[in-house]
Amino acid sequence: MSVRRLDPEQPASFEFNAQNLKWAQQQIAKYPEGRQAAAVIPLLWRAQEQHDGWLPEPAIRAVAEMLGMPYIRVYEIATFYTMFNLSPVGKYFIQLCGTTPCMLRGSEELRAICQKMIGPEKKVTADGLFSWMEVECLGACVNAPMVQINKDYFEDLTPDIFTSLLQKLKAGVAVKPGPQINRQFSAPASGLRTLNTDR
Amino acid sequence: MLTDKDRIFKNLYGQLDWRLKAAQKRGAWDGTKAFIEKGQDWIIEEVKASGLRGRGGAGFPTGLKWSFMPKNDVRPSYLVVNADESEPGTCKDREIMRHDPQLLIEGCLYAGFSMRAHACYIYIRGEYIRERERLQAAIDEAYEAKLIGKGNIHGWDFDVYLVHGAGAYICGEETALLESLEGKKGQPRLKPPFPANAGLWGAPTTVNNVESIAVVPDILRRGAPWFASLGRPNNTGTKLFCISGHVNEPCNVEEEMGIPLRELIDKHAGGVRGGWDNLLAVIPGGSSVPCVPAAMCQDLLMDFDSLRDVQSGLGTAAVIVMDKSTDIIKAIARIAYFYKHESCGQCTPCREGTGWMWRVLERMVKGEAAPREIDMLLDVSKQIEGHTICALGDAAAWPIQGLIRHFRHVIEERLEERKAPVRGPRVIAAE
Repeated sequence: MSVRRLDPEQPASFEFNAQNLKWAQQQIAKYPEGRQAAAVIPLLWRAQEQHDGWLPEPAIRAVAEMLGMPYIRVYEIATFYTMFNLSPVGKYFIQLCGTTPCMLRGSEELRAICQKMIGPEKKVTADGLFSWMEVECLGACVNAPMVQINKDYFEDLTPDIFTSLLQKLKAGVAVKPGPQINRQFSAPASGLRTLNTDR
Repeated sequence: MLTDKDRIFKNLYGQLDWRLKAAQKRGAWDGTKAFIEKGQDWIIEEVKASGLRGRGGAGFPTGLKWSFMPKNDVRPSYLVVNADESEPGTCKDREIMRHDPQLLIEGCLYAGFSMRAHACYIYIRGEYIRERERLQAAIDEAYEAKLIGKGNIHGWDFDVYLVHGAGAYICGEETALLESLEGKKGQPRLKPPFPANAGLWGAPTTVNNVESIAVVPDILRRGAPWFASLGRPNNTGTKLFCISGHVNEPCNVEEEMGIPLRELIDKHAGGVRGGWDNLLAVIPGGSSVPCVPAAMCQDLLMDFDSLRDVQSGLGTAAVIVMDKSTDIIKAIARIAYFYKHESCGQCTPCREGTGWMWRVLERMVKGEAAPREIDMLLDVSKQIEGHTICALGDAAAWPIQGLIRHFRHVIEERLEERKAPVRGPRVIAAE
């Protein structure tokens, strides 16, 4: 288990904006009476998206009220599922995969780059642009090492490629998700060895 | 080696169009109505005859699992697809969902129909955000073309809902997944009752892996004998392998079950980094199976039974290759940390034991342990194994047991080195 606690500094209140409120009501309506709790993860996730990538305590209460669930039930979900960020994150939130398949291919070097270019783990930079944390297997092991930045995977990284990726993000230059080398997704890097006949 | 014409996932690498029209040209949704008209029992018999064993890790026969669903129950039946792909080393279902999603959706219809379910929930891991968007777009296309939904052209009302998690490996355990679907913490349930009797919201439910479901359309179209003719007895068909770690070209590939490990690595992944002789060990089926040292890899076949015979397992067929530069203690310690992080905290042996084993291993990496602690670690791992509600405890114990079984000498040497005085400058004798 990992210890996860709410941030000591919390906003006074949280409300879904009109668009998200409508979306949330549609989600709740999908489930029969008494089973609204099934919508709890999508709603918390939407709340996090609306609140700059982290989930404040008032949002946990708001979702509990919408679903008719005791606060504690929603609180324990927010603390159980590790994708709910309980403290602020940077505009570019970098999740570095550190599990063995990525470690074997150099994730520790990427971690050192994060420490050097961004700073300590889970601390947002002064300009609010970056924060990073090491996470467990993100399920892109044949494209290791890799990171997830917000919604996208950036794969087949090397220290140089990763450094330049961070520099581009900082400079506001567009970046392309997926494999960062010339490669067709999860095919061998030198080209297709299967699925290359009778197409 | 499997030929392209026998491959099921023709768009594994996303080199072709994923959309419905293109998928249909590749064969998806061909003859669906006729299969449905043949009835539930026919589909189950075909899947049984094909010899398909579950692709999520345990290898339970899929057709048999479907046949456990009650036939005359007042409660609704549910099909749940486990797309919570999180086993370290594994990244195959991701390719199906983003590149060949129609095969999965079509498979859901057959599986759902055969167990008399009108609703299917696909539970995808939270991190796969783009994959979720892609799969949802594919589901929308299927609804639009009236392939699924109420009053569809196949004559069996069938809804497919895509739901997502939020970062919890344990939700890949089927009953934890059901808990999560119901809006709770993903803590596994005691079995029995099994999901087929009391699953989602207490109703009969079957949980299947993405790949198990997505191969069913091809089994029906090409016939069970075709699938059964591939691979080896009791280990039939094709399988997606994920080859990661110290190979020249890590990749996913669909191959025949029972392919020799060496052929898999040499032909598809460009060989072991530094050559075959530079191999130290492989973890053949995702992080939870014990590693196999190089000496046993030469003639190793990649299927359920062959790997069981070497005290490992096929698991999800995620081959993690480690060459001789690997610190094997550290590699396994990192896996131990993974399980410590992902334990749901419900059962004491796992909650406490995973952290305990990780801390000991971290000390062993640095050589800061007493030799007797090796046996103590083994003993503790055996106290966790088999003493928890779900298999996460076993999954945490096995890699460590594999390490001690095959690399005990490495640990002993590390501890021995550390005993030598290494702190500070060596004392040099006076001239």
